[in-house]
Amino acid sequence: MSSTVATPAAEPRTNYLNVDYGWKSWVFSTDHKRIAIMYLITIAFMILVGGSFAILVRLELATPAGDLLQSETYNKIFTMHGVVMVFFFLIPGVPAVLGNFLVPIMIGAKDLAFPKINLLSYYVFLVGILLTLTAAAMGGIDTGWTFYTPYSSTYSNGQVALAAVAVFITGFSSILTGLNFVVTIHKMRAPGMTWFRMPLFIWAHYATSLIILLSTPVVAITIVLVALERLFHVGVFDPTYGGDPVLFQHMFWFYSHPAVYIMILPAMGVISELISAFSKKRVFGYPVVAFSSLAIAVIGFFVWGHHMFVTGQSTYAGVVFSVITMLVAVPSAIKVFNWVSTMYKGDVWMTTPMCFAIAFIGLFTVGGLTGIFLGTMGLDIHMHDTYFVVAHFHYVMVGGMVTAFWGGLHFWWPKMFGRMYPENMGRVSAAIIFIGFNMTFFPQFILGYMGMPRRYHFYPEEWQVLNLLSTAGATLLGIGYLLPMVYLPWSLKFGKVASKNPWGAKGLEWETDSPPTTFNFDKVPVVTEEAYAYPEGARHQPEAKVV
Amino acid sequence: MWKGIPLFPDSASTYSDAVDYFYLALVVISIFFTVLVAALVVVFAIRYRTRPGSAGAVQIHGSHGLEIFWTVVPLVIVMALFVWSTKIWFVVTRPPAHAEQYYVTGKQWMWKIQHPTGQREINTLHVPVGVPIQLRMISEDVIHSFFIPAFRVKRDVLPGRYSTMWFEATKAGTYHLFCAEYCGTKHSQMIGSVIVMEQADYELWLAGAAAGESPQAQGEKLFAASRCDTCHTGKPDARGPDFKGLWGKQVQLSDGSSVVFNEDYVRESILVPTAKTVAGFQQLMPTYAGQLGEDQILSLIAYLKSLSDPAQGGAKP
Repeated sequence: MSSTVATPAAEPRTNYLNVDYGWKSWVFSTDHKRIAIMYLITIAFMILVGGSFAILVRLELATPAGDLLQSETYNKIFTMHGVVMVFFFLIPGVPAVLGNFLVPIMIGAKDLAFPKINLLSYYVFLVGILLTLTAAAMGGIDTGWTFYTPYSSTYSNGQVALAAVAVFITGFSSILTGLNFVVTIHKMRAPGMTWFRMPLFIWAHYATSLIILLSTPVVAITIVLVALERLFHVGVFDPTYGGDPVLFQHMFWFYSHPAVYIMILPAMGVISELISAFSKKRVFGYPVVAFSSLAIAVIGFFVWGHHMFVTGQSTYAGVVFSVITMLVAVPSAIKVFNWVSTMYKGDVWMTTPMCFAIAFIGLFTVGGLTGIFLGTMGLDIHMHDTYFVVAHFHYVMVGGMVTAFWGGLHFWWPKMFGRMYPENMGRVSAAIIFIGFNMTFFPQFILGYMGMPRRYHFYPEEWQVLNLLSTAGATLLGIGYLLPMVYLPWSLKFGKVASKNPWGAKGLEWETDSPPTTFNFDKVPVVTEEAYAYPEGARHQPEAKVV
Repeated sequence: MWKGIPLFPDSASTYSDAVDYFYLALVVISIFFTVLVAALVVVFAIRYRTRPGSAGAVQIHGSHGLEIFWTVVPLVIVMALFVWSTKIWFVVTRPPAHAEQYYVTGKQWMWKIQHPTGQREINTLHVPVGVPIQLRMISEDVIHSFFIPAFRVKRDVLPGRYSTMWFEATKAGTYHLFCAEYCGTKHSQMIGSVIVMEQADYELWLAGAAAGESPQAQGEKLFAASRCDTCHTGKPDARGPDFKGLWGKQVQLSDGSSVVFNEDYVRESILVPTAKTVAGFQQLMPTYAGQLGEDQILSLIAYLKSLSDPAQGGAKP
């Protein structure tokens, strides 16, 4: 029959997407790739929610008078912006989407070690989101994402207990994912995939998972104590009941500072992959970059007190926390220098992911350097709780993690969906994001040094010009983020069909189909070379170029 | 054009210039490294861009020398910055011995301030130029933070515990006072002014303001009104310890340990008398929690302190 002869070329091979179209095949799927897609859709929704709150905050701050919103509403909006972005985007963003999809494929496994636990982690995450949105709908919370006591435990009128339960539950989703990654990376590597042949993306996820496992239980305990004090007046944090308000801050930051590294380390893993692939080179100083991830993970546990220099912890405790904080700057600097050196004498191809990677290096460098300002006590006593802090962590979190997330998503988009995104649109949105980001957050450094406190609904008139600039930048940034949310879904139907390896990159994920089959590989791959083993004189092939 | 974009707040305390110099040094270092990294990235992206006939990538695995170089250089820089900043930190956290004591009580959403001479103010703090001033601060509800950008200093104001900060103003003028720790609905309106005056103007202001009684005079009255003097008679057969000359000294407790007789101990003993009983006395004192506010406790402390100050007639031989 002639029709059967013609079809093999036209009909795509069976892959994880077209294997079954029934809704049950999605909601009960234990395929790490399908779970990653479910995370992606959920997180994209949360970005829109958290982003809308951010736009409202910036619109309010366009004028010094609090004239758009009531103070109470403003406080609830910046709280929800922080809670949604931190717990439902920054922390799970890279690991739950890109990590879930890629960790098994990159090490040559057919799935994560515990596929059902992986599905469970998604539903736990979903319950956390639903509870948070319920808390928002039932009146919201106005404590700031940091839930400082005794305000949160006694004085706030919002839905603190419900939000606390939501964050508590969401934490278990992180723990389950971290546990899955640790076991998978230890036990399920393909033959020949030794530790020092693993891509740096895997090293970063391994370090991240260790932090998640060790620190998340602490925030869970802390949140339970806040809820207990709020509901039953058990005296833990409120001095009225015999508690200690500063104890909360110690416990909270013991998790929340390492959480900063939960957000940024996987992003750093993404950047290592992008720079290597688009420079056609092994990552410069591979073992040093791998160990710097572990160093950041370990040192990151001993710096929480730098959030508390002015709370009245002892003068000498401040000194100790400050010196350890200075040490974290070193592995971060090492990574930046190694990425830059990777480009040296490479064959650099400025695709959209590479544009994002370069934007990351610039923004992360500024974010990291301004961290030194805040880690040195003599300055922090002035800059603590000002807009300088706001600008600093947005440079690290948004300029760093979010930029890497977009870069990674574009890079692996053909692998995930078998379609190319429109390249020029990608470059334009990367440029808009870079300019919009700097316009939004750079003025906030100056505002911070001037003394503008964070979480201020009203502010003195002399700071309006800088605030207006920031609001204008936020508008541009919003457009930059919306563009990929339009053209990426568009590409699913109209994008060019992607080959196995459109970038000519090294790595097991590029040796399997785009999109991969349900179990990733037809037969277990055997690894015979180190990661990023590009040959001498490697060049991007013009015919492989998609634009 | 630059008028609309200020870069530095006023610099009006003895240590604010030191903070600014350190900040400027960090800005210079940051610009250097940012420009270095940005220049390298841009140059490499252009110089080694892929194009038909490009040479292709030269595989370089790494360099021990370079890794050591860019580990040691940042390490030395951050350690030097740490030492520099810690010097500033010790200046800002250690008040001079004879700083004037002002009392600050924070509550949602106002600052209540009392001068050593008894004047009370709300959301405004008048201080003279050239006098070291220490604020003893406590909150009646949630955590606040007393922040004066022009002085480059802030300190959290906690419930249930005193915190202190000090400064010496150098320039007359009116400066912002902010609450820097988020404290609820009207956090951004928990603001005010610090008005720095020349010494003579400050004296005039003090004379003009409703002076009221000094904190220790109020404390002395409270001491009697709250019947503290029933037991703390100062006589040998008293049921409570004598406070004369006791301030700042070690006190033996009934459990064998000892404690410094200071603000925190006095406040605790007024609110929770059972916590630490002085050796040789029975625990008879009732709690004053709920009867005395934070302002009143601060007055009592001022009074007890004056009993140990020779200049105020305390601690007579």
